[in-house]
Amino acid sequence: MRYAETGYNLEIDLTRGNIERVETDPRDTELYLGGLGTNAKLIWDRVPPDVEPFSPDNLLIFGAGLLCGTPATGCNRTIVSTISPQTQLLAFSMMGGFFAPELKYAGYDKVVLRGKSPELVYIWINNDKVEIRDAAHLAGKGAVETAELIRQELKEPKAQVAAIGLAGENRVFFASIEQGRSSASRGGIGAVMGDKKVKAIVVRGTRDINVSRPAEYMQLCNEVLQYIKFRNENPIPGVMPILAGLGSPQEMKVHDEKWHTENFMWGNSRLRRKDFWNEEIAQAWAETLDSMRRRLISCYNCPMTCGATIAPPGRSVYMMKCFSKLTYTMAAMSDLEFGLGIAQSATEYGVDGFSAPQVMAFALELYEAGILTDQDFPGMPADNEGRFYWLLDRIVRREGIGDLLANGTYWAAKEIGQGAEAYAHNTIKKHEQLPLKLSMLNPIYFLMYSTGEKINITQIEGQFPQAPFPTRAERETFVKDWFQVPDDKFKQYFLDWEPRGEKSMPFYPTVQMCCDIVDWQEKMHYIDDALGMCAGLSSFPLKPPYHIHNYPKFISAGAGIAMDEEKLTQAVKRYRTLVRAINIRRGMRRKDEKPPADHWKKRFPELEKDLLDTYYRFKGWNDEGIPTEESLRELGLEYVFTDLEKRGVYADSGDTPPQGTGAQNEKEV
Amino acid sequence: MPDEKKKKIVKTIKVDVDKCNGCRACEVACSALHAAPPYSSNNPARSRIRIIREPLKDIYVPVYAGEQAKAECLGRDKYVIDGKEYEECAFCRASCPSRDLFKEPDSGLPLKCDMCECDPTLEKPLCVQWCLVNALTYEEREEEAEEEPRPEDVEVSVEALVDKYGLEKVLDTMDRLSLSKKG
Repeated sequence: MRYAETGYNLEIDLTRGNIERVETDPRDTELYLGGLGTNAKLIWDRVPPDVEPFSPDNLLIFGAGLLCGTPATGCNRTIVSTISPQTQLLAFSMMGGFFAPELKYAGYDKVVLRGKSPELVYIWINNDKVEIRDAAHLAGKGAVETAELIRQELKEPKAQVAAIGLAGENRVFFASIEQGRSSASRGGIGAVMGDKKVKAIVVRGTRDINVSRPAEYMQLCNEVLQYIKFRNENPIPGVMPILAGLGSPQEMKVHDEKWHTENFMWGNSRLRRKDFWNEEIAQAWAETLDSMRRRLISCYNCPMTCGATIAPPGRSVYMMKCFSKLTYTMAAMSDLEFGLGIAQSATEYGVDGFSAPQVMAFALELYEAGILTDQDFPGMPADNEGRFYWLLDRIVRREGIGDLLANGTYWAAKEIGQGAEAYAHNTIKKHEQLPLKLSMLNPIYFLMYSTGEKINITQIEGQFPQAPFPTRAERETFVKDWFQVPDDKFKQYFLDWEPRGEKSMPFYPTVQMCCDIVDWQEKMHYIDDALGMCAGLSSFPLKPPYHIHNYPKFISAGAGIAMDEEKLTQAVKRYRTLVRAINIRRGMRRKDEKPPADHWKKRFPELEKDLLDTYYRFKGWNDEGIPTEESLRELGLEYVFTDLEKRGVYADSGDTPPQGTGAQNEKEV
Repeated sequence: MPDEKKKKIVKTIKVDVDKCNGCRACEVACSALHAAPPYSSNNPARSRIRIIREPLKDIYVPVYAGEQAKAECLGRDKYVIDGKEYEECAFCRASCPSRDLFKEPDSGLPLKCDMCECDPTLEKPLCVQWCLVNALTYEEREEEAEEEPRPEDVEVSVEALVDKYGLEKVLDTMDRLSLSKKG
């Protein structure tokens, strides 16, 4: 008997319309856990590096985490993995909501899509009955609208729907997959779904998910609930409000946006407005939020209410996620009313809330600079807000200039030329980043930005405070009940970390300490992505209820796999290395591993080189960031070494990319 | 007889639909507890509490399984509260032929909330314990039990039956009834 997982994947060949229920190997669960871990294994095995993102041979995998569907609070993540059209690397964005548990109850751990459907379809999974159904009538419909229409036509109000909007259908490189109150947005995976001509996956399940040692497992779940209660009642003092509690940043609850609006950059990640927030704005924004916010809502089996239903006047209701609250507002130099309004369009179209506003602000900067001219923007309104709506419409339809912009700032700038590259300044590995520009190099963040393969800082940071606390007394208070640390040395690192003086940034924490800190933070995210746990209860906030000490117990009692901290650490290292190997095989090298050049004003090239050199060695990678033979063998990944060597990867510094796909080759749309 | 009225404890769960966040933790906890052995499996389709949930219409109604209704009822009510129209049967607790709620998914047998009076009985129903947003709260209240019917009231009723059907028919019927109750 399989515990926590179902032991079956649903394999769908869209080209031939073939559907198979395939039993999986329990040994893979032991080695790679589930979710991202086993997704990565499938991609390594079945998607060779010459497969382009929009090839029928690219896989699009919806993987429910190993513990999804069990009573573990907040365990509801679907990890969607594919090769990204924007970065050409592995994308493994995840979504919360209600999809993953429903998929488990239907009897599957993953849906693996391959091939390409000749016509637009949706997939209807109802326990054992799986159908590929015509979706011609849903073409062009919004993602939220699509979900409602499908539930009505199937007469299944309890079905969960993951759908793309117009952006996905038109293969916009930052198209999202929308579902429940969540979405899998980063890396353009919605474009791959659109390329495969799948409008939606719909699932309904009424089967059991078993756990191995029930009483013990429930006890662990209850402890987590108790700790959540404790943390809700005891926010961490001395940090900004969004870092004090659990959950993803409580953007739908807070009215005070002083910190975001004065520290994040406006426009095309350019302008810092240090005195922006005042009483008048505070009042106006509070009124806006109060008038449009209907209810605070949660994902499956979670009390954190990180999301909200938003009803902008004259528009249909949608569910808001996290920081999309401000990304449009700030990119357009506008106000919250505009931001909440355009986010409704963006949700229906299905676009990523970081990339989309930045791409539009980038386009308008090019226009102001004269690199793009009136000819490129026929009929564009004169006001900034109107321009954003206009541009969004062009992008999701790939009309005119929108066709270029739909590939993101990196590829668009390359195509436009005439110095446009300088305006695509806020990307890492071709992927738009949070609009942050700071002064002093933070060595921990340098490593996370450079090497994070989810290519999004929020998906690697979390466990260690972002900045030192002002006084030793405050630091002492903080470490007192900090039992989540894997080792007490982390407490010492933090105790000694001063805002100024000898033990301050960039030279403290030391290079070696930075390696430890980054490795711990990254490890927690990778565990979440395999188990299906929401980062908001685990890897993202300080002092979370799930940590390295109780996770092995959850896996043992839940999935029936003997697990301890050491074995878990080794498993995580294994699939984390596999993710890197997939990307290395696709041409990623050291030269790609760097933050945006203007991320910090004060840079330290020698220190940065030392950081990267040391971290690579620490991780078992060579100077190019390629996992070494020794480290691969130690992880039982001999097959990876054999493949990399056969392909001559170790001799290739990546100066000649293995393939030249991207914007130019994708003009067929 | 002393004039002392009987007391009974009524267990109730107060449902605050305004506080419900739609997360379905109640369904998770319920189905886990009622698995055999307890917590060995989990499946909201077996839960004795279900959330009627339509996020875009802001409708969130946790409903507990009550008595089974063997037939559909005549009324399929709709409620409009604060401008929100609730689907037919939204507040009904019955496991009934007109909908798929509160039925074991394999057998179709009806489910009914037992207030977690399992072995051992929980202090509070588990769904309440797991509802950290406090949409569900547990309340006990004491009520006076209904008094036993007085013998003379029964006599009046039987006399009316005798008047209507004759003593013999009533006695025959009583015999048959008592046999079938015993059988």
